[in-house]
Amino acid sequence: MDFSYSDEQRMLADTLERLVADQAPTENDALPGEPSTLWGTFAELGLLQLPFTEEVGGLGGDGIDVMIVMQALGRGLVREPYLAGLLLPGTLLASLADAPQQERWLTPLLAGELRLALAWQEAAARHDAHAITTRAHRQSNGWLINGAKQVVLAADSATALLVTARIDDGTLAVFLVPADTPGLERSDYPTLDNQAASDVQLKDVVLSHDARLGEDAAEALDKVLALGRAALCAEAVGAMEVACEQTLAFLKERRQFGAPLASFQVLQHRMVDMHLHLEQSRSMAILAAASLERPADERDYRVAAAKAYCGEAARFVAEQAIQLHGAMGMTEECRISHYARHLVMFDHHLGDVDHHLEFVGERLSAA
Amino acid sequence: MNLDFSAEEQAFRGEVRDFLGAALPGDIRERVRLGRQLSADDHLCWQNILSERGWLGANWPQEHGGPGWGPVERHIFDEECAAAHAPTIVPFGVSMVAPVIMKFGSEPQKRHYLPRILANQDWWCQGYSEPGAGSDLASLRTRAVREGDEYVVTGQKTWTTLGQHANMMFCLVRTDPEAKKQAGISFLLIDMQSPGISVRPIVTLDGAQEVNEVFLDEVRVPVANRIGAEGQGWTCAKFLLTHERTGIAGLGHAKQALRHLKSLAGRLQHRGRPLLELPSFRQRVVKAEIELMALEVTHLRVLAAARDGGAPGAESSLLKVRGSELRQELSELTRRALGPAALPFFPDYLYGEQKLEPERAENAAVSAQYFNRRKLSIYGGSNEIQKSIVAKTLLGM
Ligand SMILES: Cc1cc2nc3c(=O)[nH]c(=O)nc-3n(C[C@H](O)[C@H](O)[C@H](O)COP(=O)(O)OP(=O)(O)OC[C@H]3O[C@@H](n4cnc5c(N)ncnc54)[C@H](O)[C@@H]3O)c2cc1C
Repeated sequence: MDFSYSDEQRMLADTLERLVADQAPTENDALPGEPSTLWGTFAELGLLQLPFTEEVGGLGGDGIDVMIVMQALGRGLVREPYLAGLLLPGTLLASLADAPQQERWLTPLLAGELRLALAWQEAAARHDAHAITTRAHRQSNGWLINGAKQVVLAADSATALLVTARIDDGTLAVFLVPADTPGLERSDYPTLDNQAASDVQLKDVVLSHDARLGEDAAEALDKVLALGRAALCAEAVGAMEVACEQTLAFLKERRQFGAPLASFQVLQHRMVDMHLHLEQSRSMAILAAASLERPADERDYRVAAAKAYCGEAARFVAEQAIQLHGAMGMTEECRISHYARHLVMFDHHLGDVDHHLEFVGERLSAA
Repeated sequence: MNLDFSAEEQAFRGEVRDFLGAALPGDIRERVRLGRQLSADDHLCWQNILSERGWLGANWPQEHGGPGWGPVERHIFDEECAAAHAPTIVPFGVSMVAPVIMKFGSEPQKRHYLPRILANQDWWCQGYSEPGAGSDLASLRTRAVREGDEYVVTGQKTWTTLGQHANMMFCLVRTDPEAKKQAGISFLLIDMQSPGISVRPIVTLDGAQEVNEVFLDEVRVPVANRIGAEGQGWTCAKFLLTHERTGIAGLGHAKQALRHLKSLAGRLQHRGRPLLELPSFRQRVVKAEIELMALEVTHLRVLAAARDGGAPGAESSLLKVRGSELRQELSELTRRALGPAALPFFPDYLYGEQKLEPERAENAAVSAQYFNRRKLSIYGGSNEIQKSIVAKTLLGM
């Protein structure tokens, strides 16, 4: 057993720490849709290739490498869609696409020349990626797609969307839909955690035969979502770290009743509880990241447990960070509120606490 | 022992409900229901309607023009207002400064201010907190120096709710820098139009603008605007804070929020079944329901004691703690019920006039409200401070 980073991982963590520290908060706060130079830096540093296998032109990074990246991005609340615009659609593409599809889409994705998005979520299906009603009908010249997706992150900056749909025989399929395809309509909005999102309508979207990626996509999708959930947990851990650090610093600095807030025992204990939630979440994020190559059952069980745990913990840390800052914590001006929004809304991405508790609950063994 | 409302009380509830049904303008009701920010005019419009009905000063005794309701009637009124989506009455005039003026004001002050408040002519704001004086309010530093029959006031107030609309502020100032903390404080009524006052908005984490900073730079305030004696400000302040806390359990709002949550979770689907049937979710709703049952009876016990002459004391701190926790839990569950649909954020709709498709509009305020409700455990004396009060005064610790 060894919880330490390899030399390469240490270097990766250091690089990212510097990169995030250099980011002025104003750049992070650029409105959704505004171009940023950071993506180019990601490309230069190899971050865009990191999570992909060497066969497809990646660097062969594993779950722990992704964790290191996401944790750093979480610390800086970096809003570049590393997860939504690269990791989720890219790894799905890599596992399903044939050589021409990879060359057409994956190569430029890894070079930072374009971004993609994964449209999997539907209003009636809530967090369930399989209970979808978007339909793909095979016709002579290709495919006809009808359906709707909600809260698709990073769709506004995506050159193409990976869209999940059921085909006539009930198989779950993934289609690559260029953003300018007729019949694809986007309605864009920001989210409470300051990301760009869209609701997407697909009305009689006609695609050629080669728009379908691979065959049955169900297992590949599960694997990608597991990676995404583990990545989100790591990001939340990064944000929780900063929320705890800033709250602790505030308690030491702010004085009321002639003493620092940090001297009041009830606040000391609360701070310890926040710290405990952070450390337990860190453990779950590590467990999830280290389980991504396990058999699907084991992987999904652990990842669901981690996502459920971190969902509750992130909210606790967020709420207490605000509370301990007093009215100051309620202001847009104080960065702690941005971390709090991010940590609370974390639970609304890729399945919430209830969803994952149910998943674990259904598989809980009595032994 | 009998926990039922009397026949008269039930008739009163019917009367209030009928009035709200007839008198509350539909557009205002809809804005409140959807959780959109009200304009100053919306507030004024509704308060004028209440004023004409004689119900604006719900907590006022008859001698000052109030309806003479007891605590139980007031409770019923609050509950019906929340259920009908009526705007919350801006409390700073009718429920905060008015009781102080009634208790500590001079006859001329009462004659001048109270009728104006009851007629909805002044918009009051509360100038207590300062950047350095939050929980430790008595450490406030805004100075008032006596010059003839005026005070010259210099300092800064902050977190002033709706101060951007206010024309009057009741303010705690330090008149005697030598005296010990509490003893040097006086209670002043300040015209917000006075030269030297500037108001700067503070945007909160939900994107709203409901609090402000108020800067006072050599603002001249007539000595006649002081309530009570010089140095008696702390007594006024403490008296006011207990008034602030009694309504703060927000029982009517909690009930309304629970109704909304249950109907939402009954409609939203999770794996082909109503979300309300998902065990982990349902259990939290059930717990909130039971907590609310308990809180209502606790609240009624405090009300009954108050009706029978006991002043609400540290019990109001208990109500405030539990009421705020419950309302926060309900706002959390409502946000959670929406699932991914909790993410979209439409500030121009919530705080402005932007239009939104009806399906989207319906729950657009839910997440922002969750963040806004964090204030419930911070203001009016934070929950940590309330617990310290209970430990000290109720439990003798
Ligand atoms: C939305 C909103 C509206 C407001 N409106 C008004 C208004 O209109 N007028 C006005 O005057 N004020 C207003 N306030 C200010 C409010 O009264 C203060 O926020 C409150 O008194 C707490 O002070 P603080 O924010 O400075 O927090 P601090 O006093 O700095 O406290 C920070 C944290 O430390 C805790 N703490 C402090 N001291 C102790 C202790 N001894 N033991 C244990 N814990 C402690 C607190 O509970 C809190 O969690 C408003 C606040 C909010 C959030």
